[in-house]
Amino acid sequence: MLKINNLHASVEDKSILKGINLEVKPGEVHAIMGPNGSGKSTLASVIAGKEDYEVEDGDIFLEGENINELAAEERAHKGVFLSFQYPVEIPGVSVTNFMKTAINESRKAKGLEDMPANEMLKLIREKSELLEIDRKFLSRSLNEGFSGGEKKRNEIFQMAMLEPKLAILDETDSGLDIDALRIVANGVNKLKNKDNAVVVITHYQRLLDYIVPDYVHVLLNGRIVKSGTKELAHELEEKGYDWIKEEVGA
Amino acid sequence: MSLKEKLVSSFMAFEDHVDVDTKIHDIRTEAIKLFEDKGFPTKKDEAWKYTSLNSILKHDYSVFPKQENAIEYSDIKQYFIHDIDTYKIVFIDGKYSSHLSQTTHEGLDVCLMSAALTKPKYQLVIENYFNKVAEKDGLSSLNTAFSQEGAFIHVPKNKVVNKPIQIVHFSTGNESALMLQPRNLIVVDENSHVQIIERHQSLTDNPVLTNSVTEIFANKRAIVDYYKIQNDNLNASLIDNTFVEQKQESFASVHTFSFGGKLTRNNLNYYQNGERIDSTLKGVTIIGEKQHVDHNTLVHHIEPNCESHQDYKGIFDDNATGVFNGKVVVEKEAQKTNAFQSNNNILVSDKATINTKPQLEIFADDVKCSHGCTIGQLDESALFYLKSRGIPEKEARGLLMFAFSNNVLSSVKIPELKQRITKLIALKLGVNIGFDL
Ligand SMILES: Nc1ncnc2c1ncn2[C@@H]1O[C@H](COP(=O)(O)OP(=O)(O)OP(=O)(O)O)[C@@H](O)[C@H]1O
Ligand SMILES: [Mg+2]
Repeated sequence: MLKINNLHASVEDKSILKGINLEVKPGEVHAIMGPNGSGKSTLASVIAGKEDYEVEDGDIFLEGENINELAAEERAHKGVFLSFQYPVEIPGVSVTNFMKTAINESRKAKGLEDMPANEMLKLIREKSELLEIDRKFLSRSLNEGFSGGEKKRNEIFQMAMLEPKLAILDETDSGLDIDALRIVANGVNKLKNKDNAVVVITHYQRLLDYIVPDYVHVLLNGRIVKSGTKELAHELEEKGYDWIKEEVGA
Repeated sequence: MSLKEKLVSSFMAFEDHVDVDTKIHDIRTEAIKLFEDKGFPTKKDEAWKYTSLNSILKHDYSVFPKQENAIEYSDIKQYFIHDIDTYKIVFIDGKYSSHLSQTTHEGLDVCLMSAALTKPKYQLVIENYFNKVAEKDGLSSLNTAFSQEGAFIHVPKNKVVNKPIQIVHFSTGNESALMLQPRNLIVVDENSHVQIIERHQSLTDNPVLTNSVTEIFANKRAIVDYYKIQNDNLNASLIDNTFVEQKQESFASVHTFSFGGKLTRNNLNYYQNGERIDSTLKGVTIIGEKQHVDHNTLVHHIEPNCESHQDYKGIFDDNATGVFNGKVVVEKEAQKTNAFQSNNNILVSDKATINTKPQLEIFADDVKCSHGCTIGQLDESALFYLKSRGIPEKEARGLLMFAFSNNVLSSVKIPELKQRITKLIALKLGVNIGFDL
């Protein structure tokens, strides 16, 4: 699904990713953990195609195709989805209109007609029920004045609407209360199947009790310095990162 | 001969066609003297620092429209809000077109200035209101001197006008260059409501210069909503002078949608003569190429407990230039005034410019005044957010700009007009908005 080889990326001449290697196969869930500022969000943004970051070396493949040169929207059309750590507020565009535009633009890119209005409504109803989102919420301006948790839930609602092949969830758990965490994780699990993949970026083991990872990676100073199974997450929760820093001599 | 000289000397010719033994003509004579004295404004005038009329005054304008040029409704239907029933006052090259208009005298007067200025029936209203709130600057005086035609609307007490009134001025290119000076008077008496849509539309590439004056009187508890659609072609320029006088508890809004035209100057002045008045001034400007739009507003708070709301948004592409000069005066007696002003601008191209200047003159101590102006580019993180959801760059930009201007549209009370403006905005931004509002 996703294969990253020796990825180096920088922003404003500051090198942030320093040789990332990662392979995610269909049906897998990967977790990426690591201290603040280690480059997790940067990695997520680079995969999603944010142009502020300069890819200096390395390649990103999606289903075997090199996507280095593709614009963010083209990557989205190919099934990449990023749930933002800090979703952006867009005053003046309602959640519903935003989703209609996103879905129909993706369809257009694939040479399909607009989704019929009744089908769209049905989809919206179905997915908002899945994430237990009040319908009134959908007519509000996108993320404007949403609470932290509401923003995150809304991100997963968008994921549910778009049904991506590769979903990267950047700290989707932060800001969610305990019930919301369960609802959101449950939503993600319902969308999960053998043909898609999920990368969850998190600081806490708790989310991984719900969305159980096949692999856990530790990102430190722009490199993946350790990979393991879900037990690694428990170990990190217990011991923090110092022992890994020592192990890799950082 | 300069345009000024030409205008002054043609005043005599003008006098051959109007009744000179009237009070109105005394006002005109006074006004031509004022114009002769003041002339056209130049960049030396503080209020015209960023707007030069030089390029549009150089044409050899014909100042008297000759004959009515017949046009078929089907050819110009697109310039009307045509999916609802409306009153219409239509002018072609400055001359009234009866076959395109739908006027009335039943319960209210929706008719012509030329009739109002000459018929005894309207004499009282004319004496009480004509040229009572218009400024005495060069341009307004010029219009006053030649005032003869335009829209006259008088809504008597307790009347809710059941359909909007459209005032549309067409120019056909009959003249190689045409100057028009429409004069409108709108008087809305106690408790009455009216909605008016005004548009200037050139059907030719020949230069057109319109110098219009509109006086609006909103009497006690009247509600007046005035919408200006400025989407003319690139050889047409407009100097719009609109003066609003409000009495107690009245509400008057002016929305100005500026998308077209070569040079557009909006002088919009509000005078609040009464308590608990609400004045709303809103505008969306979306221009490119070498277009120029200048909003020059004044809200004069004279009595206590009144409000004013100004919200102007501008999007400037290519070499377009914009000006916003918003002045709010709060007199000493005008305690508990709430005056809000905001002017937000997006510069799409780095060659576009905007000059924005709020001017607050506050002499009362118990007032709430806020003003803010911003000039920026589109928010890059918002753009990435939209793109990451599969919305292409161009559409994402369009959607953000659309959203930016959206809250000005939310106060448009005529749904069909709102829809039309929405479409114009989408067209102007080159986007296909994938939804209805
Ligand atoms: N646009 C930028 N300009 C300058 N520095 C940046 C920019 N984006 C990221 N950085 C820097 O790159 C480093 C990695 O940031 P990143 O957001 O990827 O960290 P993170 O691992 O997601 O951290 P957190 O756990 O706090 O979310 C940080 O030092 C950050 O300050
Ligand atoms: Mg982060």
